[in-house]
Amino acid sequence: MRGILSAAAYVPYRRLDRAEIRATFAKGGGKGRRTVASYDEDATTLAVEAARLALRSAPDHPAATPESVWFATTTPPYADKTNATALHAALRLDRTVGAMDCAGATRSAVGALRAALGGGPTVLVCSADLRSGAPTSADESAGGDAGAALLIGDAPEGTTLAEYLGGASLTEEFLDRWRAPGDPNAKVWEERFGESVYVPLGLEAWDLALKAAGIGADDVDRVAVVGTHGRANKALSRKLGVAEGAVADDFATTIGNTGAAAPGLALASWLEGAEPGQVLALVAMADGADVFVFRATAALAGWSPTRTVAGQIEAGAPVPYGTFLSWRGEVALQPPNRPEPQRAAAPPAARRADWKFGFVGSRDPSGALSLPPARISYADGSLDQGHPAPMADVAATIVTFTIDHLAYSPSPPIVFAVVDFDGGGRFPVELTDVDASALAIGDRVEMTFRRLTTADGVHNYFWKARPIRGEVTGEVTP
Amino acid sequence: MTGIKDRVAIVAMGCTEFGEHWNRSADDLIIDAAGQALAGAGVDGDGLSPNDIDAYWFGTATTAMSGIALSQALKLQAKPVTRVENYCATGSEALRNACYAVASGAYDSALAIGVEKVKDGGYQGLNAPPIPTDGTQRTLTAAAMFSLVAPAYAQKYGVSDEELREVLSRIAAKNHYNGARNPRAQFRREVSVETISKAAPVAGCLGLFDCAGVADGAAAAIVVRAEDAHRYTDKPLYVKALSFVAGNGSGNADPDYDYTTFPEVVAAVTEAYAQAGVTDPRAQIAMAEVHDCFTPTELVLMEDLGFCARGTAWKEVLAGTFALDGDLPVNPDGGLKSFGHPVGASGLRMHFEHWLQFRGEAPPERQVATVADRKLGLVQNLGGYPGEMLCFASILGPELG
Repeated sequence: MRGILSAAAYVPYRRLDRAEIRATFAKGGGKGRRTVASYDEDATTLAVEAARLALRSAPDHPAATPESVWFATTTPPYADKTNATALHAALRLDRTVGAMDCAGATRSAVGALRAALGGGPTVLVCSADLRSGAPTSADESAGGDAGAALLIGDAPEGTTLAEYLGGASLTEEFLDRWRAPGDPNAKVWEERFGESVYVPLGLEAWDLALKAAGIGADDVDRVAVVGTHGRANKALSRKLGVAEGAVADDFATTIGNTGAAAPGLALASWLEGAEPGQVLALVAMADGADVFVFRATAALAGWSPTRTVAGQIEAGAPVPYGTFLSWRGEVALQPPNRPEPQRAAAPPAARRADWKFGFVGSRDPSGALSLPPARISYADGSLDQGHPAPMADVAATIVTFTIDHLAYSPSPPIVFAVVDFDGGGRFPVELTDVDASALAIGDRVEMTFRRLTTADGVHNYFWKARPIRGEVTGEVTP
Repeated sequence: MTGIKDRVAIVAMGCTEFGEHWNRSADDLIIDAAGQALAGAGVDGDGLSPNDIDAYWFGTATTAMSGIALSQALKLQAKPVTRVENYCATGSEALRNACYAVASGAYDSALAIGVEKVKDGGYQGLNAPPIPTDGTQRTLTAAAMFSLVAPAYAQKYGVSDEELREVLSRIAAKNHYNGARNPRAQFRREVSVETISKAAPVAGCLGLFDCAGVADGAAAAIVVRAEDAHRYTDKPLYVKALSFVAGNGSGNADPDYDYTTFPEVVAAVTEAYAQAGVTDPRAQIAMAEVHDCFTPTELVLMEDLGFCARGTAWKEVLAGTFALDGDLPVNPDGGLKSFGHPVGASGLRMHFEHWLQFRGEAPPERQVATVADRKLGLVQNLGGYPGEMLCFASILGPELG
């Protein structure tokens, strides 16, 4: 049966308390908190983190190996260059796995999911967005940053977690939300205009989808409504003829509206709490209305997400509004008096792509680990006798650490640690998502894919370490 | 290996003031340092001209490329000039090569000179020239890398945070005390332990005063074979040992490395002691110029150099062992801390203090007593970071044998 083989969402660590916006500017803001990607995260890194989580909890079955990876976002780090190739490299996928962007609109994520569910190879559908707007705007407050990944394919009944029962798609050309490429913030037409188009469209797609899936509204246990128009989403959810308790949490006060990541986030969240046999209808309203109907299978009872959405929401920490504004480029702070970093050079980055993007070191016959990989081992002097050692999913322990107030960083100071990996191996590494005053020798850390700096438009991707927070299922043994 | 003991002598030296020389170019500093050395060479007081020297070794990390930079500054006539670089041991690298050149017999005289114009760059701290990389290198400052040493040392030897802070401040205060008595030093005021301890953190537990300043400056030395020394000076300084270790950078990958020692230093200085016949450094070494880039560096060096047992350097610091009037004066000229650190010149500057002290030419308020009875001095000059370090060591003395 075709459906979802694994799923995950990645919720970044930082939270902005929306009340701080109003406290600063006497307008804007709102209730609750929104998620904020760190200064060293972008849509690609968010997608990588979500994809890593999804693949780690994927079933041990040939059908669960991605044959293609698609990446949807409205905030692509590169135009012209494929962003999904960095994702592909970070996931250490085989060269025959095609990587492609579906970049541009929020609906790109919906379209990617629809295309994957339509049949064919196993596809890892990844999505991520950093959503914001001008300071005090509705978008700034209502937005949220997140990544999501769905593994879609055909597998036996005992493997597929949620079977795709059917759905519907309606397209309409109307101007509700738009952004010129290069502009940081979107514009919207009068809210009531968009709502007047979306709600009937959503209702029509809903009826068509139920018919296509062969079920009635009573059969739907859970409804998730996502889309670019928050008011329309809420209005539609009240008109679908399902019980109020059946409408899924839209994460408005805990994450925010995550744009392209919203459909994947909704599905991942549903799966972590669903019972076998339960039916979910996902409604996605973005330049049209798409409905997807899924039924959870018995295989769900034997599946655990690597990290739950609920757990990630809880394991967050605040970021001050001023820092948020500087991270988003709304305000430029005085940098340290150090030279700006150079652009990462293409030939060395290509020669060491496995190291740079995949965090693959080398282990010599004596077991000593070299990070970066080395042709000659420091331990036994052997030449070219080492084997690749993928270390991205191996946990480590802090041996010592320091804080550098002088070094260049997009968000100083740099917190830096020497860490020992489980199973052997040591690496000095920058830490992120960390409160330096709360650090201690012996703390446990995990590797995370980040964007270190950007120079001359070249994004320098590599790995940092972050404290392990919340429950993680399925530790990787090195 | 036959070694180099007593085969080469330093017969003249020069050293500029170190500091922020906005108005002096690299050429100006070169002419000054080389000029001092050349003027001082010659028993009848006539001195030498640049073209009297057979070969040049020119150390600079970031101020110039190619030996041409030196030959055009001094307008040398068809002379060989080798530009060398080895991180912060660049100055020593120049001297080392000059010594081997005359020892080999290929040249009769060689001049080693180091210069750096760090202050022309406009940035804080030391910065490497841009080399294309894949972007995965560490971007940490040297201060942050060396700051890892302090808590490691404290934890290993049971020193409390307060005690360690006092020890580090005493090291800095000692070097400032010495620098206050050195007209060539960048910083010439005494600084109290209290001021040092209260400074805002720069990296880890290190504050502003735990870190050596960077500066502009130059220093030079003329070397000849020992048997020719009398033609240039009646008080030569003989080279008893030269050693160098370029680490392979594995320390940061090795789980057994604990940041309380610098293995490359131990290896280099062990070799140097063997060449010079030093079996009890504490008793035989009169004074040492060591690489105090940061206060915990100097602390650990006291043990790596064998001046005291492992885990006891902190007590020796508190007891004043390494002070100007102590049992084994360390950095009597103020060290990197107060003399300043022009990368290409520092190694030669370290030899310059031995040159003054062993010849009785240091100012009286800075003259160390120990050179009267002990006839050996140690220079230790490192580069790089804990875990990936290089180290130079030399032993010098005013007498043969």
